[in-house]
Amino acid sequence: MVVSADFTEAQIWAWLEEVPDPEIPVISVVDLGVIRDVAVDQNGVTVTITPTYSGCPAMAVIALDIKTVLAMHGIKQMTVKTQIAPPWTTDWLSKKGRARLEDYGIAPPQAAGGPVRCPHCKSTQVEKVSQFGSTPCKAQWRCTTCLEPFDYFKCI
Amino acid sequence: MNHLFEFLLRQGDNVLVLGHRTSEWCGVAPALEEDIALANTALDLIGQTQLWLGYAAEVEGAGRSANDLAYQRDVYDFRNLLMLEVPNDDFGRTLMRQFLFDAFQVPWLTALLQSDDQQVADIAAKSLKEALYHLDRSSETVIMLGDGTEHSNARMQAALNYLFPYAGEMFADDATDIAMDDSGVAPLPSAMRAAWTQTVEKVLGEACLTLPDTAFAHSGGRTGFRHTEHLGHMLATMQTLQRSYPGATW
Ligand SMILES: [Zn+2]
Repeated sequence: MVVSADFTEAQIWAWLEEVPDPEIPVISVVDLGVIRDVAVDQNGVTVTITPTYSGCPAMAVIALDIKTVLAMHGIKQMTVKTQIAPPWTTDWLSKKGRARLEDYGIAPPQAAGGPVRCPHCKSTQVEKVSQFGSTPCKAQWRCTTCLEPFDYFKCI
Repeated sequence: MNHLFEFLLRQGDNVLVLGHRTSEWCGVAPALEEDIALANTALDLIGQTQLWLGYAAEVEGAGRSANDLAYQRDVYDFRNLLMLEVPNDDFGRTLMRQFLFDAFQVPWLTALLQSDDQQVADIAAKSLKEALYHLDRSSETVIMLGDGTEHSNARMQAALNYLFPYAGEMFADDATDIAMDDSGVAPLPSAMRAAWTQTVEKVLGEACLTLPDTAFAHSGGRTGFRHTEHLGHMLATMQTLQRSYPGATW
């Protein structure tokens, strides 16, 4: 039975662009950098994902959302595989993803370990409130110019 | 005895038991930021547990899963350090324990990156990223509270005095450790003592705390020979659902 001749890997990647991160819906799972590989063969589609944080509860939702979107495009046989090595790094966030994070009010990760500027008023006068925020991947910071608190996507 | 299985249980049970203890703060921590930080730390530890116990189950080859190992073993089958199962007591003891453990995990997981067992090296690489920021935070908090008020300093010193006799168990090599060292899976835990001592002396110095002058070390957790009375109570809570309704899912 030929199940996947109609689908190319490039198409699958494009469809995965429609799958939002369940906790930061302005970026896709592709922007998040968790999709390691897409393979199409006679057994169907295999998508390999890498968890961001080992205990991140969003990963189960991401796997389910990927399957849902592929099914909506008519794919019947699919596997979502998890791969932990090499470990996920914020370096894998796409450029587009980083810009969208900032527009959304989340400062994108920086190698220096803290946000460059406030995502609201762009002031560089910022201070850390807590190393942990609303999700495992974020820390809480505050802008001392506009006084708004904001999330910072931690660099790992 | 399957030494690799034993070794993996030790890694998994350490993070499972500490993860569960840490999760007990959820909703009752002294400040909202701390509540969130503790819940996230617990989540990381439980995530690491899934990796270690998942591999342990695979190595055992008896058809058990990571969940079976976590929820359907009894006290004497657990291989965690005693230090990780004693009750949280207060916020100070919780953070002191986290610090003493993180100061071990960072050099330990770093050493495991070189493991000849690729899955061990992969799990270590994933866990190390988290252990590094756990150590940042626990060091910071220990220093802040130790070098705080007279009252916070006294509570942190009491926490250290209570926990310190449990710390030595981390470095007590046994037959499983020697087998792992011989097969290139892991170095001897005793080889971590110098790096651990260096971190602990530095942070406790900044925290204005004094290392207790004792070489006594409780033991029996990582071998399963003798756990404290506390682990059974903890498991009674943690495992209640799977014990009442084995195999339940939701
Ligand atoms: Zn601002």
